[in-house]
Amino acid sequence: MASVELKDVRKSYGSTEAVKGVSIAIPDKELCVLVGPSGCGKSTLLRMIAGLEEITAGEVRFDGQVVNAIGPTERDIAMVFQNYALYPHMNVFDNMAYGLRNRGTPKDEIKRRVDEAAKRLELSHLLDRTPRQLSGGQRQRVAMGRAIVREPKVFLFDEPLSNLDAKLRGQMRVEIKSLQRALGVTSVYVTHDQLEAMTLADILVVMNGGLVEQAGRPLDIYEKPASTFVASFIGAPPMNLLKLSDLSVTAPAGAETLGFRPEDAVIASATSGLRLEARIEAVEPVGAESFLHGTTPGGRVILRAPGRSQVEVGERVAVNVPADKLHFFDAQGKRVEGQGVSVQI
Amino acid sequence: MTPRVVFPNKLLPYLLVAPQLAITLIFFYWPASQALQQSLQREDPFGLKSQFVGLANFRKVLADPNYINALQVTVIFSVATAFVAMAVALLLAVQADKVVRGKGFYRTLMIWPYAVAPAIAGMLWLFLFSPSIGTFAVLMRNLGIAWDPLLNGNQAMALVVAAASWKQISYNFLFFVAGLQAIPKSLIEAAAIDGARETKRFWTIVFPLLAPTTFFLLVINTTYAFFDTFGIIHAVTGGGPGKATETLVYKVYNDGFVNLVLGDSAAQSVILMVIVIALTAVQFRYVERKVHYG
Ligand SMILES: Nc1ncnc2c1ncn2[C@@H]1O[C@H](COP(=O)(O)OP(=O)(O)O)[C@@H](O)[C@H]1O
Ligand SMILES: [Mg+2]
Repeated sequence: MASVELKDVRKSYGSTEAVKGVSIAIPDKELCVLVGPSGCGKSTLLRMIAGLEEITAGEVRFDGQVVNAIGPTERDIAMVFQNYALYPHMNVFDNMAYGLRNRGTPKDEIKRRVDEAAKRLELSHLLDRTPRQLSGGQRQRVAMGRAIVREPKVFLFDEPLSNLDAKLRGQMRVEIKSLQRALGVTSVYVTHDQLEAMTLADILVVMNGGLVEQAGRPLDIYEKPASTFVASFIGAPPMNLLKLSDLSVTAPAGAETLGFRPEDAVIASATSGLRLEARIEAVEPVGAESFLHGTTPGGRVILRAPGRSQVEVGERVAVNVPADKLHFFDAQGKRVEGQGVSVQI
Repeated sequence: MTPRVVFPNKLLPYLLVAPQLAITLIFFYWPASQALQQSLQREDPFGLKSQFVGLANFRKVLADPNYINALQVTVIFSVATAFVAMAVALLLAVQADKVVRGKGFYRTLMIWPYAVAPAIAGMLWLFLFSPSIGTFAVLMRNLGIAWDPLLNGNQAMALVVAAASWKQISYNFLFFVAGLQAIPKSLIEAAAIDGARETKRFWTIVFPLLAPTTFFLLVINTTYAFFDTFGIIHAVTGGGPGKATETLVYKVYNDGFVNLVLGDSAAQSVILMVIVIALTAVQFRYVERKVHYG
């Protein structure tokens, strides 16, 4: 167990910079999720924390101690790989015991720990099988088991659920969270799935192009995205972003873009807040709610309506967003604080 | 499962395998049956007529102390050659895997020796190590080693083993490099995180996962050492000194083509054939069981 700190960490491959100066502080026992689109440098950053990738510049500290020069073997971390990286020639027991054996753990201690982990992950009946004889979900659990038997300082996960089907992914997400809570091991979790990120994270770090766009508590980020990138990356469907120049709105100085979450819009005319007229182009009923796709003078929007929507395709509806649910961004896409209201039809 | 191809024409499938069958028949079964027939006959000194003698040739060959010597020489030579050729190739492949810059160039260089004909490879080694003119022979003598493969049987054996291995290293290297590349990098990384240092990682992860390659090469290399090394031995030592490097194949040649005892030679060929079939069968039956195909 340890706190993890990154200080202006950089990584270059030749002339291309994959990570361009990232600073994050993860307190002990917390789960930090790195989220961002593919190629933004998440894996590279994680691998630098693991010691698998040399750190071009900056510092990685565990409990205040710089670990830059310490290799993966001595760094006392455990990692779950996207493809699980199970040893194909060893059975489940040996896969989990390998790390303990390498560290000279006594035999009965190994057995006790592996059995305990296997029980926790419901793998007890599979200990004799080789990875090839397991389903994807079971392999994933073995990879988890291999990480937890070690009782390391830090857990690292690189998209551990991306090879599972949607249902299993949801299950494992909950399980990973409760496991991490129970063991109280500081963790760094990489994913490109914003739902996974939101639900798992104690600290959420949104990355883009090798840089941190925003870091903080997931709901804080959801409620106050620092940029249009974060606004459109976190939340599904994403925040609606409209060009202010096409709307007559009183906006804070410098604001160029207006944003609101699909669920914050109400289909009704009101006397305050933002009022828009939208022409509905498509209706997606998903059961508990419906998504309405529409066009407004400022651009396309998605609206969330509870239950089954009565709105028909082609209909024009009045949309209202309360003033305190509006977000503003400047020309660079950075958040602009302040509220605005509008009267617009 | 891949769908089965169905040929509308009944004759076509036979026609398609015919060339392969013809080659196998003409170049393997025909000579093999000739050897089998000849091994049961004795030819008169002028080669005018032959006489059926049953298993007499075999009895004679197996009772010959020279034959037992050749058998021993072959075992030592084959085991040593296969081991050296594979071990050195594996070492080089593992090192080549670590090379970052100039990887392709390095590999290409490594593969060249395979293009050298066996007899020429033998001559190269002979020149390098010939007691009178060889560069390395001089070096070794300067180091105080009494180097003379023309008189010392063990040194002669070492020389043919070295020459025969050298020839095969390129081939093995190629397969080991491919085998190493097929091992996912994340496995090695997982092992590193699991606390295994490089040597440990090699023996517990890399080597077991290379087993299919190693097994394949074991079969190929023993067969090579048994059969394909005639040219090298012929060029380097000619089976000598004494009969210190006379392998079974070399003896077949010596008895058949030099001494013209065709019946003995044929019997030896048949025995050789049986040995190789048995060897390969044993390798597949017992060694392959320990091989894990990923
Ligand atoms: N070994 C490498 N050599 C060169 N470029 C690399 C290497 N590994 C990653 N990159 C580059 O670094 C960037 C970040 O990659 P990565 O960390 O894998 O992204 P992510 O995990 O967020 O999808 C990508 O542009 C990728 O092409
Ligand atoms: Mg990645």
